[in-house]
Amino acid sequence: MNTPLSWIKDYVPDLDVTDQEYRDGMTLSGTKVENYTRRDKNLDKIIVGEVLDVQQHPDADKLVVCQVNTGTETIQIVTGAPNVKKGNKVPVVLVGGNVAGSAHDDGPAPENGYKIKAGKLRGIESFGMMCSIDELGSDCNFYPEADPEGIYIFPDDVEVGADAVELLGLHDTVVEYEVTSNRVDCYSILGIAREAAATFGKEFKPPVVKETGNNENVNDFVKVEVQAPDLCPRYTARLVRNIKVEPSPKWMQYRLGAAGIRPINNIVDITNFVMLEYGQPMHAFDFDKVAGGKIIVRRAKDGDKFVTLDGQERNLDKDVLMICDGEKEIGIAGIMGGENTMITDDAKTLLFEAATFNGTNIRKSSKRIGLRTDASGIFEKGLDPRNAEDAMNRACQLIEELGAGEVVGGIVDVKEPIAELKRIKFEPDRINALLGTSYTADEMIAVFEKEELVYDKAAGEIVIPSFRQDLIGNCDLAEEVARFKGYDKIPTTLPGGNAMGGLGLKNRVEEKARETAEMCGFSQAYFYSFESPKVFDKLNLPADAAERQAIKISNPLGEDFSVMRTISVNGMLNCLANNYNHRNPEVKLYELGNIYVADSLPLSDYPDERMQFTLGFYGKGDFFTMKGAVEEFFGSVGMKKKREYDPNAGKSFLHPGRQALIKYDGQTIGYLGEVHPAVCNAYDIKTRVYIAVVDMPAMIGYVSFDHKYEGIAKFPAVTRDLSMLVPSDVLAGQIETIFSQRGGKILEDIKLFDIYEGEQVAKGFKSVAYSLTFRAKDRTLEDNDVNGAMKKILNGLQSLGIELRS
Amino acid sequence: MKEKLEEIRQKALAKIAESDTPDKLNEVRVAILGKKGELTEVLKSMKDVSPEDRPKVGQLVNDTRAEIEKVLEETRAKLENAALDLRLKTETIDVTLPGDVPTPGHRHPIQIALDEIERVFIGMGYEVVEGPEIEKDYYNFEALNIPADHPAKDEQDTFYINGEMLLRTQTSGCQIHEMEKGRLPIRMIAPGRVFRSDEVDATHSPCFHQVEGLVIDKNITFADLKGTLQEFARQMFGENTKVKFRPHHFPFTEPSAEMDVSCFKCGGKGCRFCKNEGWIEILGCGMVHPHVLEMCNIDPNEYNGFAFGVGLERIALLKYEIDDLRLLYENDFRFLKQF
Repeated sequence: MNTPLSWIKDYVPDLDVTDQEYRDGMTLSGTKVENYTRRDKNLDKIIVGEVLDVQQHPDADKLVVCQVNTGTETIQIVTGAPNVKKGNKVPVVLVGGNVAGSAHDDGPAPENGYKIKAGKLRGIESFGMMCSIDELGSDCNFYPEADPEGIYIFPDDVEVGADAVELLGLHDTVVEYEVTSNRVDCYSILGIAREAAATFGKEFKPPVVKETGNNENVNDFVKVEVQAPDLCPRYTARLVRNIKVEPSPKWMQYRLGAAGIRPINNIVDITNFVMLEYGQPMHAFDFDKVAGGKIIVRRAKDGDKFVTLDGQERNLDKDVLMICDGEKEIGIAGIMGGENTMITDDAKTLLFEAATFNGTNIRKSSKRIGLRTDASGIFEKGLDPRNAEDAMNRACQLIEELGAGEVVGGIVDVKEPIAELKRIKFEPDRINALLGTSYTADEMIAVFEKEELVYDKAAGEIVIPSFRQDLIGNCDLAEEVARFKGYDKIPTTLPGGNAMGGLGLKNRVEEKARETAEMCGFSQAYFYSFESPKVFDKLNLPADAAERQAIKISNPLGEDFSVMRTISVNGMLNCLANNYNHRNPEVKLYELGNIYVADSLPLSDYPDERMQFTLGFYGKGDFFTMKGAVEEFFGSVGMKKKREYDPNAGKSFLHPGRQALIKYDGQTIGYLGEVHPAVCNAYDIKTRVYIAVVDMPAMIGYVSFDHKYEGIAKFPAVTRDLSMLVPSDVLAGQIETIFSQRGGKILEDIKLFDIYEGEQVAKGFKSVAYSLTFRAKDRTLEDNDVNGAMKKILNGLQSLGIELRS
Repeated sequence: MKEKLEEIRQKALAKIAESDTPDKLNEVRVAILGKKGELTEVLKSMKDVSPEDRPKVGQLVNDTRAEIEKVLEETRAKLENAALDLRLKTETIDVTLPGDVPTPGHRHPIQIALDEIERVFIGMGYEVVEGPEIEKDYYNFEALNIPADHPAKDEQDTFYINGEMLLRTQTSGCQIHEMEKGRLPIRMIAPGRVFRSDEVDATHSPCFHQVEGLVIDKNITFADLKGTLQEFARQMFGENTKVKFRPHHFPFTEPSAEMDVSCFKCGGKGCRFCKNEGWIEILGCGMVHPHVLEMCNIDPNEYNGFAFGVGLERIALLKYEIDDLRLLYENDFRFLKQF
């Protein structure tokens, strides 16, 4: 909401603060000032000059040489403006003055405007500059009489030498507020002015609205019937005869202009003026086109169409509220009037409407119709029904003041019962208890009275004015006290009592995952939670893959963001691809993020959100680099048993010969592998990519942060090396299982130290060598002990077709 | 005998003086003092000395031995020092050559910001909890005093799964989940991912993160809220950070506020970073609305509390001077490695 400060000062005449003080004060009392602009910030030494003479420049076709009377002297100014004529009164920037300048193709006007110096244009001296509205930092839209191509021309009756900036209403500050959605009343000049008065402790003087109208009674001419009182709790109407459509006076135009509304004519301007002032949108119908002098407020029918006053045809439905006359629809309630009854230059009688509509209905209708107007934007916040009548009478008063027509007496007022004023029990102790303050009841009452909340001493209650729909209970009163006494005046304390803080197990495991990944050279990445359903094909997932059962967003930003991910691999591959494209030579990333697994679709309850620890890399390293990283992680969270790696992982997006399920205690807790070359290709990565995914919920049950000291071995170890000829299809994991199953308690450690497949080894075999360490905790091992264990192991190996190498 | 000893002494000292390495020195020791060394031989011949002369001669032998040993030891030390000096001289390296840096990975700035926030609040006794990202309408809106037709529902541009389920637009629903557990008092923060249907640009992302905070206890005041968040700001942005609370509106808190901190770049004087304001908006907060407590079966006459919500991306962007939100989700290594 943009409002000129001068307008606020109309109603808080004693307000005497600088722009900065105003801004800080209002912000700290809750009406946040987002911005303010002094409109004359770059305007200096600009007066009204009278053009005495205009001559063609001798050396330039497009320039003229003017003699201008500034009131004290006559100066020569060379200008390129095409519209200056002898006798014109124009704004003149004197030498040494400053002008805002206008935005050009090459950018906005300079921050501090332009300083005007004496100079020569094509050899002719020039001592100042005549300016256009743009050069004065404003916009021709707000000055309907201005020639957008040329110098601004004042009316003939202005005084030469007068302050041109003043005459154009530019000695003002435009303030932009952030009004919170609960403060409907602050979407108006009066609402802001009331806040300003309370903030700075000044008197609030709203406009005095006198009775208006002639001896006739509008009820004799206009009948209003509200068929949908649920959507229209109040509808008021008044008539104005013999209207004279003409430009509104400058003061009104300037007010509207400063608020960013373009002046049109006195009738439109009055409705806009009252909308800004009271926060009550109004509408004016051409009464002669309202059939039967009758207004009917009712719902439209599905499929109805209607042409709004901007000439557009709109599609209606049964939930759109319409204003109709005896025969036809004449306006979409609260949103926009119809073309069929709009005020034109030859209109004679107008019917003013000021009504209260259901905010939610207006908001939804406006959305469905696809038409959001200033009026609908205000109505949708839900207005105070009492405001409609006040605004109506203010508009009629302005009609009379501007001589825009003859107001008919009386008011048509169809309304539902207006609720009594709300009352809140005044409990100063509770207010202090909530705030942590010790204000007296009198101090609080003083705050309330500043903002028109009335203390009913007898009842011990605060009576809430109708425009403060946001005040409901004790905590609301507490906020009023707090913000006008100042949030900064409230002490700062810390809550009492003791509390234990900390991370839960899940968070601790995740932190371990981060630490381990980073230690292993992986950097953390963040991916979106939603992705394209095309991902499943890209990952080559079979048609019946469970991952394809993804939760869909009903209103996504686009197909690319339309399903909640059921697998974390795509995010990783996308990011690796992105890095690969940027020619980052080797990149290791990890991510901790959820996938979303639905029990059944469509979703009716919470899905399973499964935290995935995903690692991926390209560049230096291979499958075993990745395996080492995940092993390190499992070790770091106390998963002391051996992790099994099952090559039959069945992941279609991984290399068929280089993938494994990670199992612990027989339970699958993740998988890893090299990404299938075809999938790499789909992601445009032209190198090998490795990926690992740990399903955190599956492994968290095995996590332990317990540590136990097992003693330092006191007795010597015995080491035996085994060099074996192993059939190619036997996995190291199988051999190791034999070791651990048959080695007995004394087998302390096994280490693979060589593996070779090639010329020196028979076809169909590989050479594998392990070093086995035996040790007993309580004695020195004897050969017999070790030999016994080795014998068992060798028997086991034989069953796998393994021979010892000599 | 005496002459013999003097001769050995002279010879030993001369040989020691000639020795230019510890090895040669050792040969001298063996030749003179060893089992078959010259002096040892003399000692062996003591039996031929008359008993009355023995003490005198013995003394002389011992003195000679002591002197030789002393000189041997001095020379050994000198030679070793010289050898060490030589080694050290040859081992001189160019210390300006680059170090062998290990290459651990980098933590994401969003996470770094979260780690810092968690550190502060855990220190103040807060528990870290989580809530669901796919949420029920009730927890995201209704239980937070945002009924079905509330305009705030539109303002938040919600992604819906269907009429009942949605992607949470705020972590505030975690407040409700926590209160419904019925375990009082509560002191928790709930970090998490939230979603709003904003197109991606330099300041918007459809996916971002918040940290929700909630304290419920007896006799909690707005002053406690101020004190807690002031402490947070100081720990997060520096001891000299000032805070400013401005009235604001959130449906689920009353009174509500937004908190600004003094610009941590210019200290509040005003700079480009804080757009010359001197202040930077950091979070929203307020006293938990009694209606919200009631909906969670907590008696507002007995308990009250405060809540706050911080945007993690906002903190990360401000604190680490990142000028484009998109960088956070592109995960370009050239970006990540700077953290």
